[in-house]
Amino acid sequence: MATGKICVVVVSGSLERLQMAAMVASVAAVSGQEVLVFLSMNALTHFIKGRAIKAPHEGEMGALMSGKKVPEFKTLFEQAVELGDAKVYPCSMAMDVLGVEQQDLESYLTEATGLTKFLDDARDGQVWTF
Amino acid sequence: MAEKKIVDGRGSFCPGPLMELIVALKSSQIGDELEVLSTDKGSANDIPEWVRKVGHEYISTTEDAGVWHITIRKSK
Repeated sequence: MATGKICVVVVSGSLERLQMAAMVASVAAVSGQEVLVFLSMNALTHFIKGRAIKAPHEGEMGALMSGKKVPEFKTLFEQAVELGDAKVYPCSMAMDVLGVEQQDLESYLTEATGLTKFLDDARDGQVWTF
Repeated sequence: MAEKKIVDGRGSFCPGPLMELIVALKSSQIGDELEVLSTDKGSANDIPEWVRKVGHEYISTTEDAGVWHITIRKSK
């Protein structure tokens, strides 16, 4: 099994970036790596339950993906948690700004986390930023 | 008694077929053979890599009319 920790920081709310972040997180998690995902800024808005707004695409790839059977990024993050050793943390600052509570977010997200804890957890891992 | 299962990932893009295989592996027994069907060439390359990495047995990959058949055996 692969080892090592991967920290995925997702800031962008665009489809392409969310998709790539979800692919990295899910494949790493099912390959035996410990995965920490930190969702902040525009990325977090897509994890509020019942939100109907779809992630906007940045360019051609995103537009092409929308018409094909590409696994949804939210499904991939959920599978990273269910099938592998992944944790998805919502940023507490972004939650405060959005005015959302834990129960407003998708159920596979862990408790709100601040940067101090995340930076501490990320210290001995690779950091991937999207 | 070992079974043979088909995992139909046709039409889905990477990493969809891999995720479907992993879900199927969870409900399989050691020794079972799983054949993934995929129309995504990337998955045909990536699934054998994953299988070797995590320690299952990779058996074969064949292609027929745009469909890849990746066969593996659950070994743990």
